[in-house]
Amino acid sequence: MKFTLSWLKDHLETTATVDQVVEAMTMAGLEVEHVEDLAAKLARFTVAKVIEARQHPNADRLRVCEVDTVDGRKEIVCGAPNARAGLTTIYAPIGAFVPGSAVTLEARPVRGVVSNGMLCSAKELEIAEESEGIVELSEALPIGASAAEAFGLEAVIDFEVTPNRPDWLGVAGLARDLAAAGLGTLKDLSVQPVPGQFAEPVEIKVYGEACPMFAGRLIRGVKNGPSPDWLQRRLISVGLRPINALVDVTNFLSLDRCRPLHVYDAKRLAGGFIEARLGREGEAVEALDGSTYPAGPEVCVIADGSGAIGLGGVMGGESTKVTEATTDVFVESAWFDPIRTAQAGRTLGIVSDAQYRFARGVDPEFVVPGLELATKLILEFCGGGASEIRVAGSPPVSPRPIEFDRSYVKKLSGLEIGRTRIDAILADLGFRLDGEQVTPPSWRRDVDGKADLVEEVARIEGYGALPADPLPEIERPPGGVLTQRQARMRNARRALAARGYDEALTWSFMRCDWARLFGGGQQALRVANPIASDLDCMRPSILPNLIDAAARNARKGFADVALFEIGPCYRGDSPADQWTAVSALVSPHPPKRWDKTANDPLFELKGDLMALLEELGAPALQTVQGQASPWFHPGRSAKLQLGPKTLVAEFGEVHPRILRELDAEGPMLGFEIALEAVPEPKRKAVKTRAALQLSPYMPLSRDFAFVVDLATAAGDLVRPILGVDKQLIEDARVFDVYQGRSVPQGKKSVAVEVVIQPREKTLTDAEIEALSARIVAAAEKATGAKLRT
Amino acid sequence: MTDLTKLEAELSGRIAAAEDLAALEALRVAALGKSGSISELLKSLGRMTPDERRERGPQINGLRDRIAAAVAEKKAALDAAELDVRLASEHVDLTLPAPPERRGRVHPTMQVLDEMIAIFGEMGFSLAEGPDIEDDFHNFTALNFPPKHPARDMHDTFWLAPDERGERKLLRTHTSPVQVRVMQRTNEGVPAWVANGQAPPIRVIVPGRVYRSDSDATHTPMFHQMEGLVIDRAIHMGHLKWTLETFTRRFFETERVVTRFRPHHFPFTEPSCEMDVKCDRSGGAIKIGEGSDWLEILGGGMVHPNVLRNCGLDPETWQGFAFGLGIDRLGALKYGMPDLRDMFASDVRWLEHYGFSAFATPNPATGLS
Repeated sequence: MKFTLSWLKDHLETTATVDQVVEAMTMAGLEVEHVEDLAAKLARFTVAKVIEARQHPNADRLRVCEVDTVDGRKEIVCGAPNARAGLTTIYAPIGAFVPGSAVTLEARPVRGVVSNGMLCSAKELEIAEESEGIVELSEALPIGASAAEAFGLEAVIDFEVTPNRPDWLGVAGLARDLAAAGLGTLKDLSVQPVPGQFAEPVEIKVYGEACPMFAGRLIRGVKNGPSPDWLQRRLISVGLRPINALVDVTNFLSLDRCRPLHVYDAKRLAGGFIEARLGREGEAVEALDGSTYPAGPEVCVIADGSGAIGLGGVMGGESTKVTEATTDVFVESAWFDPIRTAQAGRTLGIVSDAQYRFARGVDPEFVVPGLELATKLILEFCGGGASEIRVAGSPPVSPRPIEFDRSYVKKLSGLEIGRTRIDAILADLGFRLDGEQVTPPSWRRDVDGKADLVEEVARIEGYGALPADPLPEIERPPGGVLTQRQARMRNARRALAARGYDEALTWSFMRCDWARLFGGGQQALRVANPIASDLDCMRPSILPNLIDAAARNARKGFADVALFEIGPCYRGDSPADQWTAVSALVSPHPPKRWDKTANDPLFELKGDLMALLEELGAPALQTVQGQASPWFHPGRSAKLQLGPKTLVAEFGEVHPRILRELDAEGPMLGFEIALEAVPEPKRKAVKTRAALQLSPYMPLSRDFAFVVDLATAAGDLVRPILGVDKQLIEDARVFDVYQGRSVPQGKKSVAVEVVIQPREKTLTDAEIEALSARIVAAAEKATGAKLRT
Repeated sequence: MTDLTKLEAELSGRIAAAEDLAALEALRVAALGKSGSISELLKSLGRMTPDERRERGPQINGLRDRIAAAVAEKKAALDAAELDVRLASEHVDLTLPAPPERRGRVHPTMQVLDEMIAIFGEMGFSLAEGPDIEDDFHNFTALNFPPKHPARDMHDTFWLAPDERGERKLLRTHTSPVQVRVMQRTNEGVPAWVANGQAPPIRVIVPGRVYRSDSDATHTPMFHQMEGLVIDRAIHMGHLKWTLETFTRRFFETERVVTRFRPHHFPFTEPSCEMDVKCDRSGGAIKIGEGSDWLEILGGGMVHPNVLRNCGLDPETWQGFAFGLGIDRLGALKYGMPDLRDMFASDVRWLEHYGFSAFATPNPATGLS
């Protein structure tokens, strides 16, 4: 909403400057968006008089003017046809920035004659969109007077009103708050009734919730035409176009008193009645903006004998609008239901000044006074005679008194304010005080409890006065700020970054067709109003987003990326369906190396995954190959399970078909851990660890080369070996896999280094031999492995 | 005598001339070995008379010691020479690059979250979480948004498709629903990680993803918010002011931060406020702690009595404050990122430029950043 300082001064006795008003508004809770200070922008532009204008020696269309200016007599070249001797106009000195043409003036010759300044048009000054020739001003203006003075320009303050304060949507309401805040004295806002000269002839009907209250009056014998200058200037100053006196009055009171009104040409009303009711199926209204809107049962319409003629509280209709020819005007002042009006605005796609105000709830007790005020102005501008006022319906219930123990101000806000001051603030804001009972004014329907009253007092006293009191010490939970799960997310994040993965944060939503490829896309997870059509489904996995991110990087020339993200994924729409994925993706395009050594990226990824799981404190997991989700390469992926059922993680190469669907160049490899599936170690009250038992005996290692079927998994060979003697066998590591010469067709040689840790005594050769034999036997039993000879 | 002198001269000469360790070893054995020339002389001492032994003993022992020393010295010299040769042959060009390493980085939003957790943790806050997909009750109704009220419009809510009963879930528009989950101790069927309610006194922070249908340089359809909630018997707005001022100073790591509290309106707090910091925008980028412009950085207020009631707490007994701040936005302000959309674009150049080392955990010993 916009206003100017002089408008504010209609209601507020004050010497405050624009800056002081803005500051006071801000501290009272109004967000000032913008101050457009045309006067400041035109500070260097002043009134000047053309003494002589002669033809430019070298250009037919130019004139050389002798001009008396604030800087003395100047020779100025001017191309305007109206540059003539005796003209009072606006002068810009060398160095001034001309806003309308966005140039800074320089003293330079124009066709051989130096111009020592510029005479300006209204367009160049940005006070009109179009103009012909230079400005022509009253001769009475003295040389050197400011352009602001010449045009009556002032700063326009544009501010945002929170939905709880419709009373701020009128300059008078604003003045009331600023007066309470100490910026000046509120002028008398009371309205004198205009007695009716005859009975109101138009019958008014209201129907329930659509419009609880509707007041109207007929004014006969008006002469509609342009409204007075002061009113036109007010409207223009805040960006409204004056139309005619009747319409301008309604627009003015909407902005000045937050009292939207509507005027009808009474002779165009059919049937002798007007009613506010819900629309009917198939009804439509041609509104004042020239568009026709369907007016069904969800919106309130104004109707006469011909049917719907206006959208109640939103916009009037074309058929009954007032024109310059109107002689009898019916003035409507109603109270439309805020919620219905808000919905109507949404349904119809109309945000009008009236709709905006009714949707927030205007003052129900100002329905009739607002009508009186409108009558007064109409009679003043257009003449005529007014009927009595007819009121249908009744205003909604007034705010109820609130029991207000004044000590609650200190208890809730911490502010030390005496009762006298508290009561003065409330009284200034229009609250009625009666002992401990405080009744909010009718325009403050947002106030319904004592906490609201504390806010009123605190905000007028100023939040700057709030104390800053340290929080009392409390007992801290022993385990730290984070839960174990949160701490694990943090550890996982830093572990992956330390291993060379960049952390990405991607949207929680993605394309539905991609979600479907990764097991998601169900109806319950569709976003009904996505911000973009490719962000319409809650994600079932982070991997598609990471694949897409890698592909986008590759398209910019950065194909070698390793990304990870830790965040939510969704199986359904209930809290229990949300899980935390720890996902990583590698697009391996390592730089060429001079030493020609390179590791298999799939096993590097596995190494990173295993290290991460260890960091998370995961127990030993089973690697199950060949059953990973279908978005993985069937031969180059595996699941990690806890027991036969609990899936903890999947890793592997992404299926080439998936990459093609996602428009990504392969190969890409990734893993995804379901964080909540990794059991959390018990938090122990006692932090001591189990005593360390160090064996005094040297560990020894023995190498075994087994020949097994090609299809045998190395893991199936190692597991039974580890189980031979859990006391003695510390580790068994595959260190070579070989196929070819000296290994039969269809077989491979797998070499395993077994680390043996004697515990109680040094092992004899015979004992080692016996253990080795058991190792060979176990391997053979499990896999048919034969010791290679 | 002359025989010893002659022997010594001969041995010394041959030791000095030895070309390699093998030749030297052969010499050592020939002189000092079991039946070496000097060893034989030593053995002859036993056959001598005491007088002869007294005279010859020291001479022969002296010879043995000198020759042994000469062998040792020559051995050291040959060792050193051999090592020199080996070292020379082992030269490599160390201007060649080390194997390529990836440089992983922590996302700035997550780093900033850790910074915030460090600050609020020190003030005694613990951390609570809630689901991203919420219902109307937790996101709006319990938080005192009247049904169909225009305040709901301001949230640009993302709605999910309606279920068979016509009810539709939404993507939470703020982290405030977790306030409700923390205060209201009747949550059922929620997984362990979702805040499951606690009796007052309450002091929690709630970070998480939130969603609003908005996209430009300062708005993204998903962003990270952190909620703070303190409920006790005598917590008032002055405590809120201290908490937020202290947080802001510590977060921006300068005592020069100037803050301002302004009244504002949120349905779930009463009184409500927003906090601005003084900043300088003249150079294009925003500098906190300088200049004369104000920048809104967060909002809060005293928890509305209706919210307390909706969560089963008696507002006559319990009161407290709540606040909400944008994690990405504050991070962007602190570290100077011009466009919030870049945060979610996953451009590795951006991630590596604005990201943080894995080891830069904010902590009291090294400071926040």
